[in-house]
Amino acid sequence: MEKLLNWVDARFPLTATWKAHLSEYYAPKNFNFWYYFGSLAILVLVIQIVTGIFLTMNYKPDASQAFASVEYIMRDVPYGWLIRYAHSTGASAFFIVVYLHMFRAMLYGSHRKPRELIWIFGVLIYLVLMAEAFMGYLLPWGQMSYWGAQVIVNLFAAVPFIGEDLSIWIRGDYVVSDATLNRFFAFHVIALPLVLLGLIAAHIVALHEVGSNNPDGVEIKKKKDEQGRPLDGIPFHPYYTVKDILGVVVFLIVFSAIVFFAPEMNGYFLEANNFIPADPLKTPEHIAPVWYFTPYYAILRAIPPMFGSQFPGVLAMGVAVLIFFLLPWLDRSPVKSIRYRGPYFKIALTLFVIAFIGLGWLGILPATELYTWIARVLTVVYFAFFLLMPWYTKHDAHKQEPERVTAK
Amino acid sequence: MSKTQKRIVGSLLVLVLGLPFGVHAAGAEVRLDKAPVNINDQESLQRGARVFVNYCLNCHSANYMRYTRMTDIGLTEAQIKDNLLYAADKPGETMTVAMRPKDAKEWFGAAPPDLTVITRSRGADWVYTYLRTFYRDDSRPTGWNNLVFDKVGMPHVLHELQGHLTPVVHEVTGEDGKPHHVIERLALAKPGKMTLAEYDALVADLVNYLTWMGEPAKAQRMRTGVAVILFLSLFFVVAFYLKKEFWRDVH
Repeated sequence: MEKLLNWVDARFPLTATWKAHLSEYYAPKNFNFWYYFGSLAILVLVIQIVTGIFLTMNYKPDASQAFASVEYIMRDVPYGWLIRYAHSTGASAFFIVVYLHMFRAMLYGSHRKPRELIWIFGVLIYLVLMAEAFMGYLLPWGQMSYWGAQVIVNLFAAVPFIGEDLSIWIRGDYVVSDATLNRFFAFHVIALPLVLLGLIAAHIVALHEVGSNNPDGVEIKKKKDEQGRPLDGIPFHPYYTVKDILGVVVFLIVFSAIVFFAPEMNGYFLEANNFIPADPLKTPEHIAPVWYFTPYYAILRAIPPMFGSQFPGVLAMGVAVLIFFLLPWLDRSPVKSIRYRGPYFKIALTLFVIAFIGLGWLGILPATELYTWIARVLTVVYFAFFLLMPWYTKHDAHKQEPERVTAK
Repeated sequence: MSKTQKRIVGSLLVLVLGLPFGVHAAGAEVRLDKAPVNINDQESLQRGARVFVNYCLNCHSANYMRYTRMTDIGLTEAQIKDNLLYAADKPGETMTVAMRPKDAKEWFGAAPPDLTVITRSRGADWVYTYLRTFYRDDSRPTGWNNLVFDKVGMPHVLHELQGHLTPVVHEVTGEDGKPHHVIERLALAKPGKMTLAEYDALVADLVNYLTWMGEPAKAQRMRTGVAVILFLSLFFVVAFYLKKEFWRDVH
């Protein structure tokens, strides 16, 4: 065994990689609940890839066969229902986990210097994930798949001058059709997953280069022992591998409870209208995107058309996502973690969470006049959180950061 | 009680209690009755399968459902072949219909939808209420209308069983100051072969079958789920103590 390992190590840095990323990668010892979601995101990615491969074996990317092939999977493929429900639940789980992972970064300043690139890779992952989920949602070819795609692709038609051509270029047709289904399938099963894997690799490489942040927001690399190991660091393996196994089991219990006992999640994970085959001639009364897009959908609807164009709403929706890129530079506080920040930031972050969840809720509901006004207020709060950040973080009070992490 | 007596009592009950639907003719939401679904009641599922094959499967297909799957509800392949296989040759086939969608569209104004997953899109309660609230309406080409599906294209296929219901209407002044007709309830004008209670039970069986057909793997899903969660709970205990053991030396 030893000989074999030496043989490999002389040709491939196996032991060195193992050490650099696991057994001698020193992570702060004070990770809390919020630090489970990174490894859980990888778990969900694996679930999606594995179930996706098996779905692809039986799914037909053809407008006249797609809906039937999904029902075939649900009925005639052994354990097809399990594969399909795991994949559909996995899509929602991915967003839950990623949203919590991003929120952790905002709590403890994980996007701040020197981790700006980790954050940028992360936001790129988030963007690709949105495209991946959107294109995947077309594939079952139900009414919601079809009309959801129709609505979203039509947004691109609102871009001035090139909009019409742009939307036709995306669809490959004048309406969402078989051509659209085929190209979305290609993007969903190969193009975007490849990009996603590359970005995730970059995200982790960048993380392991600078080291993990922690709930205190202090750098553990500043205090090292004689061997150059951080005093507050512990090897990722075995400490965090065994800890993450615990997180994985708890996650899987919740995940399984949904897959086996409530896969439709009351219409939020699988919408009732999607059990009707796509009908290009029959628009559903109420088109709502799946829950993970609804905050942005609410922003889109909240912005009134200007100069007879929907473009301002589309622009606001796009900016609402892209503005996350700027976060590391908008934050001017001398401390990273919310533990040592003053009241301004705490209030701002609370309002932001209320706005995000509130917009998500409103995006599910029909746009009545009252709801539209509430959505407008929350949209202002959403953008104010980012745009006023340089001001309120600079003038905010703060406590002295500790020298070392404060593990209990 | 004889059948006639039952029918009279049933009719009286309907007349006294009425069917409590607070429906507006304008198409406001109707309160749906709760469908008594129990996919573990195999006898009910078998009765429902018979009703489905006899009454629905002439116009409506269930294109994704194979006849053989009914072995899951306690029928043998021979039973399926002898009693339920009218529209197909082999039990392995799916429940298709001979009616062409183009003809159907001409006859009913819309092609009858496939019913394989109808309870998953409409909900069992909706289907249960829908099948029990057809009423006479001479303004419609078929002579029938429906409380939960206004101006429905489908005639009341089961009217011989349920009998004829007519709306009891009263006039209210709407917000626009004009009089509107509001259907207060439906009353039995002409009894059918069944009492209303018997008819409700028949529809309950049918909806139960439709619900089962919408997801035949559901029972297996629940069973597997219990085993998986039990396994994970045990695994949690192991993982918990494993973590605790390793973290003993972290200070």
